[in-house]
Amino acid sequence: MAPLHQYLLLSLLLFGLGLAGVMTRRNGLITLMGIELMLNAANLNFIAFWRHGPNPDAVEGVLLAMFAIGVAAAEVAVGLALVIAIFRRFRTVNLDEVQELKG
Amino acid sequence: MNALDQLFVNLKQAIVGWFPGEWRLGVSVVISAAAIVGVYAGLFAITTWIERKGLGRIQNRPGPNRVGPFGLLQPLADGLKALIKEDIIPQRADRLVHTLAPILAVVPVILALAVIPVGRNMVAVDLQAGLIFFFAMGGVKEIAVFMAGWGSRNAYSLLGSMRAIAQMISYEMPLVLSGLVVAMAVGSLSLVDIIEAQAGYYGGVLARWHVFTPWGLAGFLLFLVAATAEANRTPFDLPEGESEIIAGHMLEYSGFKYALFFLGEYMGLFGMSGLAITLFLGGWRAPFSFLEWIPSWMWFFGKLFAFIAFFVWLRGTLPRLRADQLMEFAWKFMLPMVLLDVVALALWQYTAHWSVPLAGLWRWVLSGGLMFVAYLGLARLISPRRRVGPRTYRFAE
Amino acid sequence: MSATFAILATWTVLAALGAMALRKPVHAALSLVGALMGVAFTYLNLGAEFITAVQVLVYVGAVAILIVFVLQLTRGEGVEGESLAVQPASLGLGIALLVTGGLIAAVVFLPDWRAAWPEKGDVALKRLGEVLMNRYVVALEAIGLLLTIAMIGAVLIALKRPDSQPPES
Repeated sequence: MAPLHQYLLLSLLLFGLGLAGVMTRRNGLITLMGIELMLNAANLNFIAFWRHGPNPDAVEGVLLAMFAIGVAAAEVAVGLALVIAIFRRFRTVNLDEVQELKG
Repeated sequence: MNALDQLFVNLKQAIVGWFPGEWRLGVSVVISAAAIVGVYAGLFAITTWIERKGLGRIQNRPGPNRVGPFGLLQPLADGLKALIKEDIIPQRADRLVHTLAPILAVVPVILALAVIPVGRNMVAVDLQAGLIFFFAMGGVKEIAVFMAGWGSRNAYSLLGSMRAIAQMISYEMPLVLSGLVVAMAVGSLSLVDIIEAQAGYYGGVLARWHVFTPWGLAGFLLFLVAATAEANRTPFDLPEGESEIIAGHMLEYSGFKYALFFLGEYMGLFGMSGLAITLFLGGWRAPFSFLEWIPSWMWFFGKLFAFIAFFVWLRGTLPRLRADQLMEFAWKFMLPMVLLDVVALALWQYTAHWSVPLAGLWRWVLSGGLMFVAYLGLARLISPRRRVGPRTYRFAE
Repeated sequence: MSATFAILATWTVLAALGAMALRKPVHAALSLVGALMGVAFTYLNLGAEFITAVQVLVYVGAVAILIVFVLQLTRGEGVEGESLAVQPASLGLGIALLVTGGLIAAVVFLPDWRAAWPEKGDVALKRLGEVLMNRYVVALEAIGLLLTIAMIGAVLIALKRPDSQPPES
């Protein structure tokens, strides 16, 4: 097992990659994948802090990661449903071309 | 008896003992892994022979009978054939994805087999969350199926893989839930603990297996149906569907890669059977107390062979389901039944300390009755209201 | 840095890079599966066996499969043109780099965060379950409710409506 800060750096790199993907890609699905990566980075932090934390009996880190995974599952379900709905309406999943709300 | 029972455990310990201290962990891991791969691959070879022979018998033909006595060397010949066949990758296929898929179809299945105890003290890894781990590896297999279907760039492949994934996702729910019913009853996700919980005998004779309780019986049957679907066996073999979409996601594979897919399918079948044995049929335990002298690993593999025979029988007997029937059955019948099984378990557990006369019988009536009524009601709900009369043939007569 | 962690971290970061940078969406999705598996094995490296299994079950078995399914439903082959979500591309990358760089600096330069407390054994699953069923039972129920609502919402959103024809163009 590596020291805590190495896990934090790995999680940060994952977060950064996810953020860069969300910022630059225009395919709606890849944007969703970027969000998943960022959520995973957060989960990795929870587990790393739980493992290296001072209290040996605490299980909250694992619990938080579990809840985060549950919320992520819900988020993906709704997000993908939105992608399908957008595809039905506009025949594309390209976020740039979905501009009906743009003033 | 004890020496024979622990034969392989002692053998492994002896071999590990020959090595210097710091090597022992590595050697132990290698031996366990080699044993799992070797035993189940050998079982795969025997199973293909049993299946072809059995199907032949059911269909009134001899089956393989040319290579070796009773055609016993047929698997060897098949393996050689697969090895020397030309390995074709379609020109427009995605080479990397196409090549990775068969490997990914086998590796998770072998990993999943590692958590199943095959005898007393005979389990490669006793994970705390072994049950969840097993199901998780089943999820990785779906990715392999998708990669095979998409990487081949063939309409039938893609269609077959989409069918396969839809089916696997739908039946994963009842599969996991019926496994979790057992975990709830035992209070542990470790497969070793689950077998431990089935120790002892009713009246000193009949084993305390989970299948001999009302919720366990219902759970076992539901698990068996879901496992058949998860392993893509008839009557749930739509993903392959030789007669309609010609082997589905495996269509563009030839030679050794095709053999790898087959290996994965059969090892998945062994895994599902092994899990059913572990969860409901007492794992390596004997069914009656007077049969305890037979070594534990013989019991496990005997039960496994019984399952293989059962699946061959099913394949020879039942026709294939339609895709809509498959989905309807999963969501409208299997899922509610499994959820009710949780209630049946709760009833069984809450009445565990009843002191009324014939308490055992009343518990059976309460818990089993719930499942039976639900079965009747749901079956009536999903089956079309058609009066079944004598069939009239228009052309055949 | 231990060798296991080095391999895991390299694998995870490369796969995540592939998931965000590969041209074909299906390749990106498969690369995402690799990254998620990498994170799962990092959990194992941290001694969280149960979360590893849950991660594989939920992310690889369900989320990734859903993503590739939707890729197929939306014709998969979405080709990226010159236009990007944030214009210009360097602005988006710049923001991401800035945020990540700031966070990395925070980790590296704050000495307190490097403190290593003594290691401890894996948490017993039984205890996890007890805590989940006692102190956090409301949160658990809330997650269940959320998942149910999300499921119903997803079905409603993705349902085919007669008036959802693509606009004439």
